[in-house]
Formats: sequence, structure tokens, C-alpha cells
Amino acid sequence: MQSLTAAAAAIELRGIDKSFGAVHAVRGVSLAIPRGSITGIVGENGAGKSTLMSILYGLYRADAGQILIDDRPVDMASPRDAIAHGIGMVHQHFMLVDTFTVLENLVLGAEGGPLLAGGFAAARAELTRLGQEYGLTVDPDARIADLSVGEQQRVEILKVLFRGARMLILDEPSAVLTPQETDRLFEILKSLRARGVTVVLITHKLREIMAVADRVIVMRQGAVVAERRTTETSTGELAELMVGRKIRLDLDKAPAVHGQTMLAARDLSLVDRRGVRLLNGVDLELRAGEIVGIAGVSGNGQTELLQVLSGIRPPTAGQLEVCGRVIDPAHPIDPAEMRALGLAHVPEDRLRQGLVAAFEASETSILGYQDQPPYCRNHLLDVPAVDKHCAELMRRFDVRPQTPGLRSSHFSGGNQQKLILAREMSRLPKVLLVGQPTRGVDIGAIEFIHRELVKSRDVGCAILVVSVELEEILSLADRILVMSGGRIIGEVAADQADERVLGRMMADA
Amino acid sequence: MEETLTFVTLTLAATLRVATPLVLCAMGGLFSEKSGIIDVGLEGKMLMAAFFAAATASLTGSAWAGVVAAIVAAEALALLHGFACITHRGNQVVSGIALNILAAGLTVVLGTAWFARGGQTPPLNDGERLKPIFFPVAGDNVLVYVALLSVPFTWWLIARTRFGLRLRAVGEMPLAVDAAGVSVAWLRYRAVLLCGLFSGLAGAYLSIAQNAGFSRDMTAGQGFIALAAIIFGKWRPFPAFGACLVFGLLDAVAIRLQGVKVPGIGEVPVQLIQALPYLLTLFLLAGFIGNAVAPKAAGVPYEKEH
Repeated sequence: MQSLTAAAAAIELRGIDKSFGAVHAVRGVSLAIPRGSITGIVGENGAGKSTLMSILYGLYRADAGQILIDDRPVDMASPRDAIAHGIGMVHQHFMLVDTFTVLENLVLGAEGGPLLAGGFAAARAELTRLGQEYGLTVDPDARIADLSVGEQQRVEILKVLFRGARMLILDEPSAVLTPQETDRLFEILKSLRARGVTVVLITHKLREIMAVADRVIVMRQGAVVAERRTTETSTGELAELMVGRKIRLDLDKAPAVHGQTMLAARDLSLVDRRGVRLLNGVDLELRAGEIVGIAGVSGNGQTELLQVLSGIRPPTAGQLEVCGRVIDPAHPIDPAEMRALGLAHVPEDRLRQGLVAAFEASETSILGYQDQPPYCRNHLLDVPAVDKHCAELMRRFDVRPQTPGLRSSHFSGGNQQKLILAREMSRLPKVLLVGQPTRGVDIGAIEFIHRELVKSRDVGCAILVVSVELEEILSLADRILVMSGGRIIGEVAADQADERVLGRMMADA
Repeated sequence: MEETLTFVTLTLAATLRVATPLVLCAMGGLFSEKSGIIDVGLEGKMLMAAFFAAATASLTGSAWAGVVAAIVAAEALALLHGFACITHRGNQVVSGIALNILAAGLTVVLGTAWFARGGQTPPLNDGERLKPIFFPVAGDNVLVYVALLSVPFTWWLIARTRFGLRLRAVGEMPLAVDAAGVSVAWLRYRAVLLCGLFSGLAGAYLSIAQNAGFSRDMTAGQGFIALAAIIFGKWRPFPAFGACLVFGLLDAVAIRLQGVKVPGIGEVPVQLIQALPYLLTLFLLAGFIGNAVAPKAAGVPYEKEH
């Protein structure tokens, strides 16, 4: 492939190849990343972008190929080598010790001597300098656990710069940020670029790539399929390149036809054993035939709200009414009774709550309904009936591969999610709760899942969607509630909302 | 008046004597636990060390040879624990219990085979024991002072040095340590070795300082009490030291109370008094320490993805 690089390459990869067992994760990738640029690497889940960057950072060893830093071939045996060559990585899940202060995290692994006192003094001075140079300010004595996610990410970037990195790899950096925090991050990245730092951004958010990157590399099935200047491409073209076919990102749906109220929460509160208030007087109404979206930065009570609404945890105060049945602290309910009322739940964390990884797909397809006919007769499972049911779900929801006997863990995230959705939606519930419907799901499957949810709505199901992806909330929901600090802090009609409005509400709380 | 003073002094001295192996063991366990390796095998290490200390002192006639043998024996078990839990990512509690069973059995078998005294080692004479340095009545042998110094030393090492910072980090979030380019396994091995060193000293104290020889199961659960002290101390050296002193005091008082008639109750049964430290352990662990904050990665083997 002809390279677009005019400037000298800071990083060059030649013929990198890597397999994990039977999975060929990276197939002969060659690319060059020019010094002092921001390069985006985009691709669906499983396209190999994270594996490729892990090889560059020395976490994995390539089976074949060569890495060149500043035109010299290098051996990346461990992250230590990568750090020594000036490469730093900001992981999607932060590599910070929660109980440590900012300063302690900063010097970990680069203490500057056997005693800490000297290293701390030097780090403090360096922190001030970096803060002034890049606008990266953070209190050196604050504990990580007390910082916001955006601040924690700043600490990660500072850590990398503190080690003298001139090349910065960021893995899905905006996944956990509010739009405002994301803007802030992009300003920081631009100021890094202005000072000659090379930035590589791994993401699946195309709009962000277009906003901040100079160039973009598209990966599909372990190979680089295209390389573009951001000024010469569009999100539509990139999406098509990623998936290999045309994709419709926007969903067109008819206006909602409201029916009667199926679920109503009044002043719902949840306090945990330590006395922490997780939900703080939530009022919520969900009517048949509408999709209500709950937006918010993760960790603001959405998880707990879903737990209470689905009967997993009883509320500590307030009242919940589902399909005519009243639930309050004196009259709790369990998830099985909830299901019997006609409420279905697609949990946020599909691997821990949605399925059993070691179970066959057919078993996953009846979880929660295993004691009901036709799957169960006289306390025994009717295996042929279960298999038949699973095959039917797989066909209708396009779950691949269509093998009911395959272990659930052997399906990709998107196919697992489709199977769980199929299980819950096939019962034609009156109320459907969906947490993070498309987390870790690739674009093709997202499109499918969204359409199925709208179809369900159109036949009168009341749907509550909790998602940290604003784009998803905006395209799916008829009404949007914003959650912060365990409270619903605002409501917007979908046609009056955009990312700015929601972001401001999420940040102001 | 003078009588009371003597009573108090003697009780305090006895407290220190009883607390010494607990303190040494607790400091050792602290290193291990801080690094994320749970150590329920403190008991076994201490027992093995006690046996080899007494056996070696008896055979060579040197107390110091006994101390060295104790350390070597405890380190051998520590390395075994490390090999199972760090290199092979085994279950740490299972490995610890296995070590305890191994030590309980092996000490008796070897003792019977070598000395033919029903698992005991021959009684040691004064030259084969660690003797008091300043106050013969108080029993202030060198290991008592080592135990007292081990507390500020442990604190300093953990709070003020590069090793300590990495140790704390590896017990909280090994991934962060790995990503910083520091070996998780080597850090944890060093922590386990420090644990072996201290529990070895604790064992030597039992058989060649406090007592004059080894008898079967002579640790009598003190390794577990040291473990409890670590938890009461919330994995901090000075509070853990305080907990050890409380246990020591209870034990010392129990000894002094034996045969004494308590007004209104009468003579307290010896068994009840001897059970006091263990009852306190249960009582405190059952909920009087609040939410103890264990190192987050304690008990979790470190595995890289893929």
C-alpha cells in the first residue's frame, strides 16, 4: 500500500503477524506513523487494533514482522523496552492503584532511587512543569479513588509523559468520558502534537477520529484495509471500510404511540450497607409503546436502578409499580416473579448476569425460563425442545454460528448479546429493561439490535434503555432521562436533544 | 504497693515474651499479604522452624546454628508456597493449609525418627538456647529486641522505600505494576521470602528461647493469631503490633489468673482462661473491626491476558 506519510516515521511496523491458537488476530500489518501527528486506528471489535498496539507496547510478541522506532529496528520484549524507546500507553482500563495518591502512581516503576523521598520531590517539580506546558493540572496529593474519571485519565497521560514518552498510544480514551471531558482530552492531545509528541488513538467512534486525528488507518479482520487523511474522508466512508459493506448509522422510526403506564417508580431510593446512597428518590414512568433512554456517565446509579427495577435488589425506600403490582421495601419481589409479571431484563454485564459462559448456547437461550414448559417436563429438561427453541432464536436473530450446542463463551460479544436479546424478547414481554444494549458489539450487530428494539416498541412493549453511548440513546429513545448521583436530573424529548445538551446536563449535576 | 508494681512489671514482661513470636510472624505475614499473597501457612512455617531450630541446636550445641536452620526451614516452605501460588498461580489458601498439614506431620515424623522421644527434641541446656541479655527475670533475649525493631523496620520499608511502594502496588493492582515494566512475580517472591525470614525467627524463638526444646504442635495456633493481628491492624505494621500486644497481654493475664479466685465467680476454669485469646479472635473477627481493607489483589493469582 502506498503510504501517505511525508514526514519522518516515528513508528514503523513491517509485516506484523500474530495468532492466538486458531485465531489469526493480526495478518501481516505494515504501517508507518509520522512524528508529531495524531493518527487514528479504527476497526470493529476483533479487528486486531488492540492486539497490534499491545505488540507495539511489548505486551505480546509478534509471531513475525519487525518494529522500527525512529527508523531503527527494535526488539519489544516487554513494556519496559517500549518505555525505554519512548512509547507510552494509556489503557482503556486505567492502570492506576486506587488507594495511592497521584504522586505515588506517577513514580511507580520510575522512582529514581531506592528511597522514595528524593523521587517524590523530583516528581512534584516535574508534575508542575508538565501541568504548565500541556495544561494538564491535577492535585499531586489526591487519592486516585477520589478523582473523577477524566482526572484519572489525565494522571495516566501524565504518567506516560513523566517517563519521557514521545509517542503516546491511547486505547478507547473517550469510552468513559463525558462529551465535555472528551473535548478537554482532545485539546490536550492537540497541545501534545504541537510539541512534537506522536499520538496514536484506537477507537471505534468515528466522529471523534474526524474531530481530532490527522490521519486514520482502518483495520478489518486483522489487516489494514485503508489509510486516509481525515480531511479527505467521511464517517460514512470509514464505517463502510470497517464493516466491508454499506451501513446505515441513523435509525428511522415512526413516532411513538403511547399506551398505558406499565412501570412507575416513585421516590425510589437505595442505600447500601455502608450507608452510601446509590439511588436518591428516582421518579420514573414507562408507558407501553415507547423507548425511554437513560443517559449518564457510568457509575451514577444506572446499574443500581436496573437492579431495583428488575427485582434483583429491593429498594430501601419508595415504591415501584410494575404491570399493576406494587413493590416497596415491605413488599419485595424477586426476579422470577418479575418475569412472571411480564418484565424482561437484558443485563448490562452479559458475561456475569446475562449468560453462563461455560453453558451451551441452547442452555443460555432458556436461562430464567428453564422451569417452564415446553423446556421442562416433570422437573426434567426436554433437551430436544430446548435445542429446537435455540435454533429458532438463532435463525430469527441471526446469531452466528447457528450451533445450539456451542459453548456460550465461544460466540463473539455481538452474537452473545443477540442471543440474550432473543431470549428475552421472544417471550413478548410487556416491559423490557436493557442495559448497555450494544457494549462491545460491532457495528453490523448494533444496527440489527437497534432495529429489533424499535420493532418491539412498535408492537406495544415498554422499553427502558440504559446506555453510556449518547449516540445510541439519541437514535433509539423517544424520551431521554439524564441520571447523575443516583438521581434523575432532567428529561428531554428525543427530538429536542443532542449530545451538547445531554453532555451539559451530565456535567452540571 | 510494691506488690502491685511487681505484678504489673512481671505481667508486662510476660506480655512481651508471649507477644514476640506473634509480632515476628505478623510482620512476616504483612509483607506477604501486602504483596497480594495470602499466607495461612504462617503456622506451618513457624512450626517447621521451631523444630529445625531445636533439632539443630541440640545436635550442634549452638543456638545460632539453630536460628540459621530455622530460617532455612521456613524459607523452604515459603518458596514452596511461592512456587505454588506465584509461579503456578495455585489457590493460596489451599497451599497454605497444605503447608500447615505438612509441617504438623513432618516435624513429628522427623522428630520421632531422629530422637525417638515421641516427637520431642531433647531438652536444650543453657548453652544451646538464646539467653536474656539484660534482665534474667524478664527473658529479654535477642529475638525480643529483633521483634521490637521489626515493627518500625517494616513500616519504613513499606512506606518509605521503592520496594515498599511497588509491594503495596502489586497487592492492590498487579496489572499497573506489570504495565510499569516491573516484574510482578519477582516482587511477590521477595515478599514471600521476607515472610519466611520473619516466621523462621518466630519459630526459633519458640523452641530455643522461650522454651528449651521442641514439642509437637507447640505453635498451638499462634500463626493464626498473628494472621488475625494483621487483619485487626488493617494491614498496617503499628496497629498490627498493638493487636499482638493485646493478645500477649491476654495470654499473660490468663497465666497469672490460673488458680486465682475471682470474687463472686470463684475459681475460673483453666480451660476457659486459655481459650480467651482464641475467643477474642473470633469475637473481633466476627464484626468488631468494621470493614477491614485488605489489599485488593490478595488471593488473586496474577495472569496476563492471553
